[in-house]
This record gives sequence, structure tokens and C-alpha cells, in this order.
Amino acid sequence: MANGRAATLTLPWRLPRFNIQGWPLIPIGILIVLALVAIFAELITPYNPEIGALGDRFRPPAWVAGGSDKHLLGTDHLGRDVLSRLIFGARVSMVVGFMAVIFAGFVGTFLGILSGYLGGWVDQVIMRVTDSWLALPGLTFAIFLAAIVGPSATNIVIVLALVFWTRYARVVRGEVLSLRERDYVRLAVVAGCSKWKIMQKHILPNVVNSAIVLATLQLGVVIVTEASLSFLGVGVPPPQPAWGLMLADGKKGLMAGYWWLTVFPGVCIMLLVLSANLIGDWLRVKFDPQLRQL
Amino acid sequence: MGAPLLELAGLSTHYISARGTRVTRAVEDVSLTLDAGQTLGIVGESGSGKTTLALSILRLLPPGARIVAGELRFEGEDLLAKSAREMRHIRGKRIAMILQDPMASLNPLFTVGDQVAEPIRVHEHATRRSAWDRARGLLASVRIAAPERRVREHPHEMSGGMRQRIVGAIAISCGPRLLIADEPTTSLDVTIQAQYLRLLRDLQRQHGLALIFITHNLGIVARMCDTVAVMYAGRLVESGPVRQIFDAPAHPYTRALLESIPRLSDVEARLTAIDGQPPDPAALPGGCAFHPRCLKALDRCRVEAPPRFSVGPQHTAACWLEDGSPLA
Amino acid sequence: MRKFILKRLGYAVLSLFLLSFTIFFFVRVTGDPTTLLVEPGASREDIAALQQQLGLDRPVWVQYGSFVSNLARGDFGRSFYYRTPVIELYLSRLPNSLLLAVAAMTFSLLIGIPSGILAAVRLNGVWDRGGKIFALLGLSMPQFWVGLLLILFFSVYLGWLPSSGSGTPLHVLMPAFALGWYFAAAHMRLTRSSMLEVLGSEYIKLARLKGLPEALVIGKHAFKNALIPVLTLAGINLVLMINIAVVVETVFAWPGVGRLLYEGIAFRDFPVVQATIVLGGAMIIVVNLVVDVLYAWIDPRIRLGR
Repeated sequence: MANGRAATLTLPWRLPRFNIQGWPLIPIGILIVLALVAIFAELITPYNPEIGALGDRFRPPAWVAGGSDKHLLGTDHLGRDVLSRLIFGARVSMVVGFMAVIFAGFVGTFLGILSGYLGGWVDQVIMRVTDSWLALPGLTFAIFLAAIVGPSATNIVIVLALVFWTRYARVVRGEVLSLRERDYVRLAVVAGCSKWKIMQKHILPNVVNSAIVLATLQLGVVIVTEASLSFLGVGVPPPQPAWGLMLADGKKGLMAGYWWLTVFPGVCIMLLVLSANLIGDWLRVKFDPQLRQL
Repeated sequence: MGAPLLELAGLSTHYISARGTRVTRAVEDVSLTLDAGQTLGIVGESGSGKTTLALSILRLLPPGARIVAGELRFEGEDLLAKSAREMRHIRGKRIAMILQDPMASLNPLFTVGDQVAEPIRVHEHATRRSAWDRARGLLASVRIAAPERRVREHPHEMSGGMRQRIVGAIAISCGPRLLIADEPTTSLDVTIQAQYLRLLRDLQRQHGLALIFITHNLGIVARMCDTVAVMYAGRLVESGPVRQIFDAPAHPYTRALLESIPRLSDVEARLTAIDGQPPDPAALPGGCAFHPRCLKALDRCRVEAPPRFSVGPQHTAACWLEDGSPLA
Repeated sequence: MRKFILKRLGYAVLSLFLLSFTIFFFVRVTGDPTTLLVEPGASREDIAALQQQLGLDRPVWVQYGSFVSNLARGDFGRSFYYRTPVIELYLSRLPNSLLLAVAAMTFSLLIGIPSGILAAVRLNGVWDRGGKIFALLGLSMPQFWVGLLLILFFSVYLGWLPSSGSGTPLHVLMPAFALGWYFAAAHMRLTRSSMLEVLGSEYIKLARLKGLPEALVIGKHAFKNALIPVLTLAGINLVLMINIAVVVETVFAWPGVGRLLYEGIAFRDFPVVQATIVLGGAMIIVVNLVVDVLYAWIDPRIRLGR
């Protein structure tokens, strides 16, 4: 949602009550549960998330009057089971989110290393591009690109990767700049190692930590961006279930008071983003409390 | 002479970690007296507890630090019994302090005049105009040229020496009886240092101030101070009149400090430094804290921390080598 | 100081060029931009005419040149849907977005700054812990979801506030809250850390040594210094708000440039989409420049020459 000089989704504090032996169990647990749900979606879902029974529309959750045990969390405007859609939506969100973050991470780390280590015009070009792309808010840029390429899950992954790699490049480059001056790197240069070898053996392993921390911190932003794109209609296309799409559909029933179509998908998004943020923050402190630029 | 201006008896200040597990004895069992108009030098390496001692006198300790034992009396009043409000009235008004880095000590966003006039307005409820008038006068008394102009300037528009003089002006603005200077010349150029010290001495004479000079520089102690207290690892290892201590240091640490000052006459001799490092205040060695580095350590030194022994008039040292002399 | 301004200005101009090039590049990169830039349902002759108009047969840098000169003249094409020049559409909607952003920013600062100060001053106290939870939630809840929940609660259940449109102060409340919620958390976090840093500085120590009452130490000495980075961020965030308000404006049908962007997508009105992105990015670059210069001017340390 926000980027550049606006706050990245980082939290400066740890919440001790969530920790046992220093590991934030609850966020990790949530993430694992969501991952399992996403992987085993077919086995868990009671219904087909894309097909609904039109006679069964707008059923409230089971514990509300008018609901039934058949649809624990109710149905939407096409009679589709909300729980099933949420489960499959987890898969979409997590796959898109993780893939995008991984791609962005690879590209950004690679270009960041090149830029920081090689310097010269390579650095200038990459930095100029990074700076100008960073000036655009992630969401707006993503919308622009999505509007050009059209909605599909693959396209969204590419779009998100394109938008977010710049953050990695920036951070990694900064680290590489300081790493370059370290003695063991200089020794390698003196010993005649090729540039590629140095970048691979000495530089890369040392920036991996920062990249991983940034990846976890970015995950939340990416997921919210994907949800926003889907909500606006340029993200994952229907009838595929995505949490953002469910919120868009849910808006239609909002004024009539069909609250479950809005609350549940949002809670899912929030849980995923929250967990990613907490884990990212914990990783950041764990790896190096000095990683302030993240 | 009358009652001493400042009296510390067995003062101990400890830092206690959040979970209560680590105790850092920053200041341990320190006893001092200071008479009106006198200058006391407190000497020691970084980490010896000098600054914590100063902050303890003002009872302005960082969170986690507490005065755990001892007595603290100023002008006959028990400072440890004072409420926060009462202490606030004492700070800046009756006891003032100068910090080491003048650039950092002054708020960059406010004018110099504002910052000098501030304590006057707060402590004496002076009006803005009269406080600013006095601020101008104070700038002149710390020998700042063109005070009318300077008073409206910001700290970064002045040189380091001038800034430190502003800090001095702030300190004396409400007429304190005691001024604590924590390494006031360390950040200044050598050429400016002498000027500043001269200024402090003049101010002291003019206003009848007692001065506590915290420093690691023995040269300054020799020039400025009447008495000196040597601190090591939070404890007072030696204290007494400056002349005596410089002529006949009793504690091995003091002796080593004095010997490590390079002298121009020692052309051939190598620089003597004290072997080893000062101990981590959170993990002090048993017995006398200096024993790992002491050339004359006895077996007893490893086990028992020595009390203070009398070595001469007003001169005490905490060393087992002086055992046998009753404490004065 | 002048050198500083010129340097920053040059940098901003460069960024603007790069922005325009990025947009140009991405539109062209998918192959044939006419599919985007032509109205749905246009005839073959229309397409050919457009191709010639765009000069697609001419070398790329010539195309870019005309693109940039168009932008500089304010010619962003015509909207397919509204059939008016896009620039007019944009400018007519901009005040609404500005209004919403100002309202949201006010809200975020009113909540963010005091709570950040309280959290820093009473470290680990009730305020600090509450603040942490607030920050967690604020930074994790998607803005548009907050908006939807607000509608659910205040429009559907309580019936107090209108759920869409603009016109009365009541209409602004919920969108401003939804938009500002995230930034309130961000501002609180920054105020807290900025305040903590300031409170650890030597001049605060000296202020206490002067015997100043704590209220004066915090309210006068710490406050102004701590606020500098927060206000800088706020200035930049204001323009950011205008840009990313697209989803909130859509949820509340608020007639601003964000909603214009949504309409552009929904109606496949690409000139609108392109213009919104370019203008939005340009605004951010310009505001960054202004904020940098202002910041340098306000902070006496920089103003009088470093």
C-alpha cells in the first residue's frame, strides 16, 4: 500500500507474550496453518468454491438465525459456500504472495548485488530506474501494469514482482557497498578471483539475511496489494476465489447487512498480514538489530 | 571552615537490569567532602563511575539506576530525603552541571538567549525581559563578544569554545553554590582549553563557587584542583590534597596513572602504560578491583576489598599495602 | 542553500523524465498500444488513423519525444467514456481527493502524534502497550476493509453516517478514517521512535539538569525536535494518500482522482488510467522536492549553510 519514504510495514517492538524461547509461536503457527490449508485445500473444502446453488444465496453463518450447518460460514450472492472459498482463497493469496515476493527478491537481490559491486554505469542505470519506480506508490503502479496486461493470476505475480523488486535492490545495494570494503573481499580481489566468483561466494551469502527479512516484511504489503487489485477487478479474475474478490462481491450485499461476506475474508487477510509482519519483525531483530534501514 | 558544603558518606549507586538479574555497581561506597569555594577533582578512566557519581549527587539517574546506600548532604540538607519537586528546585539553581559536548548540550532549534534565560525564568519567575537582560549580562561575563547580537543566535552559529561558554553561562545563571563540570574541556581544541579553564577559575572566585571537576586529565587536576579523588571501578581508591597525592601517591593505581604521563624530559624511556583493561563494571573481580593489574598485589588483595586507610593529613587510600595505618 | 535547491530541482526533473519514460515504455512494451489507446468497438479505419496519429511507424525516440511534449503541454488525450480531455477530468476531481487527504491526514496526526509522545514518555506503560496493539492493527488491516467495516457498522447497523458520495461533513468522516487509519499507526510509530531518540539526547539531559519542570522539558525541548521527521513524513504521506486512495474512494464512491482511476479501469478507459498514474507520480516527485526544500529552510542548521 505505502512505500518509499512512507512507513514500510515494520514493527519496532516485540510482543513478549507471544514468544516462547524467543520464537513467535502464534504468528508462525498461523502461517503454518494457512499454508496447510492452502496445500490441502481440496481435501478440506466441503464444497466446490466456484459453483453455487442459486437457491441457497446469502445464507448467514451457521450460528445465526437462518443459517445451517451445511454452510458453516454462510454463502455468497451466487450461493457459493464461503468457507470453501476462503480455503481456496488462501491458496491464491499465499501462492501469489509468495511467488511475487520470491521473484521480486531474486531479481532485486541480483540487480542490487550487480549495482553495488560493479558500480559505474551499471549502478547508475539500475539506481535511476529504482529511484523513479520507487517514486510511484506500489498500489498505483501495480494497477497501471495490471490494466495493461489484463487480469490473471500469473500476470499478477509478474506485476507484483515488477513493482516490488526495487525495494530489494535498494537495500541489497546498500549492504553490498559496505561489504565491498571488507578485508576478505579485498583479499579475494587481490588473489585474482573473477568478479562473478566474488559476488557469488562472498557477497551473496552475506546479503541473503537482509533479503529474507525484507521478504517477510514485504509479504504483508504484497498480499494487501493483491487483495486491493482483486477488489478493484484487475487482480485475480473470477470465478477464482481470492479474498480481495470476495470482499468486492461482499460489498454488493453490504447494505443489506450480509456482514459475513465482508468480515471473514478481511479477517483472513488481516491474520496473514499480521503474522507475516510479526515474523518479519522478529527475523529482523534476530539477524541483526542494526538492520535499521529495513 | 564551618560545615562542609557537600558531604557524601558511603554512597553507592547500582544499575539493576530489567529482570533484576544483573547488578552493575557503578558507584560503590564513595565518601567525600567538599568545602565552600574549593575545587575537587574526580579522576578516573571511562567506566570508573565518575559521571554516575555526578548524576547521583543531582539525583538525575537514568532508568535502572538507583542510589542503594549511603548519605548525601548539601549545605547540611539531606538530598536523599528530598522529593522530586524539591530536587528540581535545587538543580540548576543551587547545584549546576556542565556536560562534555557543548554542541550536543544545546538545543539546536532555540536561540542561545532563550536557553540562558530559561533557568532564570523558571527558578526565579523572572519576566521575559529581565531574564533576557540578565542573559546578555551573563554572556558578557563569560567573555563572549557582542552579546547583544550573539544572544539571538542559534548554537550552530558559534564555535565550540563559545558554545561551552554558553553552557557555563547557563550553569551560573541562578547563582549556584556548587558547579559540577563533567569533562568540560575534552571536546575543545587544546588552545581553547586553557582559556576555558581560566574562565572557570575566575567565575569561581567571583561567585564563590565550589567546583567539582570530573576529568581523566591529571594535568588539569594539577592546575585547577585543591583536592582530588581517584576512582577505579566505581570505588574511591585514593583521595586527598592535590599536592600530596602528586608528590607521594599511595595507591598503586594512582602511582601508575602519574607514571603514565609522558614527560618531555624522558627522552629515552618508553611510554609506560598500565597493563590490562579496566574491568567490566557488571563483572568485577573479587577482592580489590585493581588486583589483576597491580604489580604489588598481595594474596589478600584477591580475596578482600580493602577499606580506606589514612596515609597523611586528609589523605586516604584504599589499599592493603597501607594496612597498619589507622583511618583518620 | 541555493546550490542545494538547484541540485534538488535537477534531481526532480530527472525523476520526472524517468517517470514519463517508464510509463511510455510499459505502454509500448506489450506490442501494439493501439489496443489500449483505442476505444472499444472502434472500426478498422479508426485504428489505422490512430496508428498514424501516434506515429507508430516512426522511430521510438520520436514517439517518446512527442509523448513527452504532449505531457508537458498538458495533453493527456481524451477520455473514451466522458469524451472530455482527461486533464480537465483530473483537475476537476483533484480538489475532492485533496479534501479527503487533508481530512485523513488531520485525523492521522491528531491520533498519531499524541499517542506516540505518550508512548515514548511513559515507556512500557499502558499507553505504550496499547499503542503497540494499535500500530499492529493499523498496519495490518487493509484500508478498504476498514472502510467496509465502517460502513457496516455506522451506516448499516447504526444508520448514522451516509455510506457513499460526498457533500456534507458527515460524508467525509468514514472515508477519512479508513484512509487515515494506516497512517495514524505509521505516524504514531515514527513519533514514538523520534521522541525516544530525542529524549536520549544531551540537550534534554541538560534541560533536566537546569531544573526545568518535566512538562517544559517534554513540551518545549523534546517536542519540537521530535516533530521534525514526523512532519516531513506527513508532508510526503499527504500526496501518497491522494494516490493510494483509489480503493477507499471506490468503496465510498468518493468523487476523487482515485475513483477516476477505478472508472478508468472499469470502463477500459486507458487514457484516464495513464494520466492518473503520470500525474500522480509527478505530484509525488514535486512534493518530495518541496518538502526537502522546506525542511532545509526550517531547520536552522541547514538553512545557514552546511
